[in-house]
Amino acid sequence: MAKLVMQLDELSCPSCMQKIQAGVSQQDGVESVKVLFNASKVKAEYDEAVTNPDELTQAVTDLGYSVQSIKVK
Amino acid sequence: MTFQRWLQSVKNQIALTVGGLIAVAYGWYWLGGAVIVMQGLLLVASMMGVAPILMQAYQALKVKVVSIDLLVTIAVLGALIIGEFNESAIVTFLFLFGSYLEQRTLKKTRESIRALSEMAPQTAQVLAADGTTTTVGVDDVEIDDQVLVKAGAQVPVDGQVVQGSAYVNEASITGEAQLVKKTVGDTVYSGAIVDNGTLTVTATQVGDDTTFAQIIELVEEAQDSKSPAEKFIDRFATYYTPAVLVLVLAIGLITRDFKLAITILVLGCPGALVIGAPVSIVAGIGNGAKHGVLIKGGEVVNAMAGIDTMVFDKTGTLTKGDTAVAHVQFYTAAEQATLAVTTAVEAQSDHPLATAIVRYARERGVTDLPTIERIETLKGLGVQAEVAGQTIRIGRAKMMTEAGIRLTGAQIAAITASQTAGQSTVLVAVDQQVVLLIGIADTVKPEAKAALARLKKAGVKHLVMLTGDNDQTAAAIAKAVGITEYHANLLPAEKVEFIKTYQANGQKVAFIGDGINDSPSLALADIGIAMGSGTDVAIETSDIVLMQSTLSELVYADYLTKATTRNTVQNIVIAVGTVGLLLLGLMIGLVQMASGMFVHEISILVVIFNAMRLIRFKVR
Repeated sequence: MAKLVMQLDELSCPSCMQKIQAGVSQQDGVESVKVLFNASKVKAEYDEAVTNPDELTQAVTDLGYSVQSIKVK
Repeated sequence: MTFQRWLQSVKNQIALTVGGLIAVAYGWYWLGGAVIVMQGLLLVASMMGVAPILMQAYQALKVKVVSIDLLVTIAVLGALIIGEFNESAIVTFLFLFGSYLEQRTLKKTRESIRALSEMAPQTAQVLAADGTTTTVGVDDVEIDDQVLVKAGAQVPVDGQVVQGSAYVNEASITGEAQLVKKTVGDTVYSGAIVDNGTLTVTATQVGDDTTFAQIIELVEEAQDSKSPAEKFIDRFATYYTPAVLVLVLAIGLITRDFKLAITILVLGCPGALVIGAPVSIVAGIGNGAKHGVLIKGGEVVNAMAGIDTMVFDKTGTLTKGDTAVAHVQFYTAAEQATLAVTTAVEAQSDHPLATAIVRYARERGVTDLPTIERIETLKGLGVQAEVAGQTIRIGRAKMMTEAGIRLTGAQIAAITASQTAGQSTVLVAVDQQVVLLIGIADTVKPEAKAALARLKKAGVKHLVMLTGDNDQTAAAIAKAVGITEYHANLLPAEKVEFIKTYQANGQKVAFIGDGINDSPSLALADIGIAMGSGTDVAIETSDIVLMQSTLSELVYADYLTKATTRNTVQNIVIAVGTVGLLLLGLMIGLVQMASGMFVHEISILVVIFNAMRLIRFKVR
């Protein structure tokens, strides 16, 4: 199990949060997702055997949000 | 993809342009211009305005979220199809303007968190065995690495000083902006700034594990655990949106009347609902800001209004936080000389009680201080010094009894009286004789008792005081302000436990404090309220800041958030009620599209005017 923290461009609508939450958690291998609205961060726990940071970053980008930086723990 | 992002980024400009176009269109019409030009302008406005909303609706649908954007989009497109360009333009404008207002309240919350994370160090100078240094990012430093920190730089890790000495400013951690001397063996924290000197530090905690990084993370998580997505309007919209859609679809299928279906969708479009809540919130927050009460966002307003338990820190919150000598009792005739000797010894210490005594002596014109030959601090008891061949002891009663000094009945009575009055008592003995008793008090804020009584009256059921101070002082302060439940001798972590217990009990807890050690409590409580005179971190962590640090402002915050929440509910009732009545009127044939439209517009004005009452709100 690995943990990924993505820093996004500033989030401005509460429904963005629902979208990202739903969009990332629907990815295979994602165990939990937490969208920090005020900090504009996404914290996700995922199974390294199934997915990887690049795929998850792509999932967020596909929803129309820029990922500024990522950090894997 | 980039087009989507661009559209999001210019949303506010679009709102402004749409608003401008509508104004021009109506201005043109009222000046007697051709209707076709007005319609054309409104059509352009509608097309521009609906674009970002359509995009949001589409993105949400892709991940199976039915959002309020979808309803607005369908309503606008429907209105365009039946040629109601004014309705479509106004609806898009109100929707975009509402989200702009929302954005503005959110920005406040953001700034505090950004200010905090900008205080974090970015790079470290890692020292190699051969004495050379390499600059690396703070996340790349390993535990047990040695880092070099020069004057002006930030300590990049939590660690221990192994070489050098320096004065550092630990304001980002402790909130105390004064310089602290650090030498070999001392602990330094990430985020501290070296003022002068150079330190070599062995890292014990790095990156996200440092105290400072944890404070930031705590604040981030705490702020987002009160998510705006939980807001009533979005929760309501989850049911409202599909309900209206289903209704419209059903009516369309039954009556086979497209215009009727679209009319219902237009009438059902929550224009007043969309603008009603943000307008109340913005008015409420604006009013607070004018009166020294900073409320960081709309969700804080709702949570604050529901608070039933208020937990107070003592020092600096219920009391002024500046210690002052309140009582002096001499047991000798040589008063000035005794005071001079006491001041000479106490001037060596930076203990708050010592500072109060020195200040008191200065005010009394004591300047000619004797020379101290030897001085020793007895931890938790006091100080002992040699002056002109005499042994001077300054400290608690326990220090005197341990030194074999006998206290007279009168002295014991005076000590008890002083403590019962909430003072910290300091005794001064020359050789084996107690010569002076000093009572040092932290004065209760003058407005405290009345303010707390008003809070009780306003429905705050539990008022609690938590303090690290001793039991007797706590009891005295609690009595003075009218608090019945208090807990003394607490460490910061124990304060947190009390808050957890109340929350587990189902109580809605506000914590009011001002210090760095209050930060965990401020973050954990449902609402954290910081005194404006408090530490930076306390202010950043809190949900509400009382700029003048008075308890009257707390009363104001309580009344204002309750009034704002009532106002929001009124607006939602007005908005939903209007929609309900319009649909009912339509079904029984009383309301046509034009008249229904008019009522809709009026309801929007009504909610705005209702919210504007909050701008003039006052607590008498």
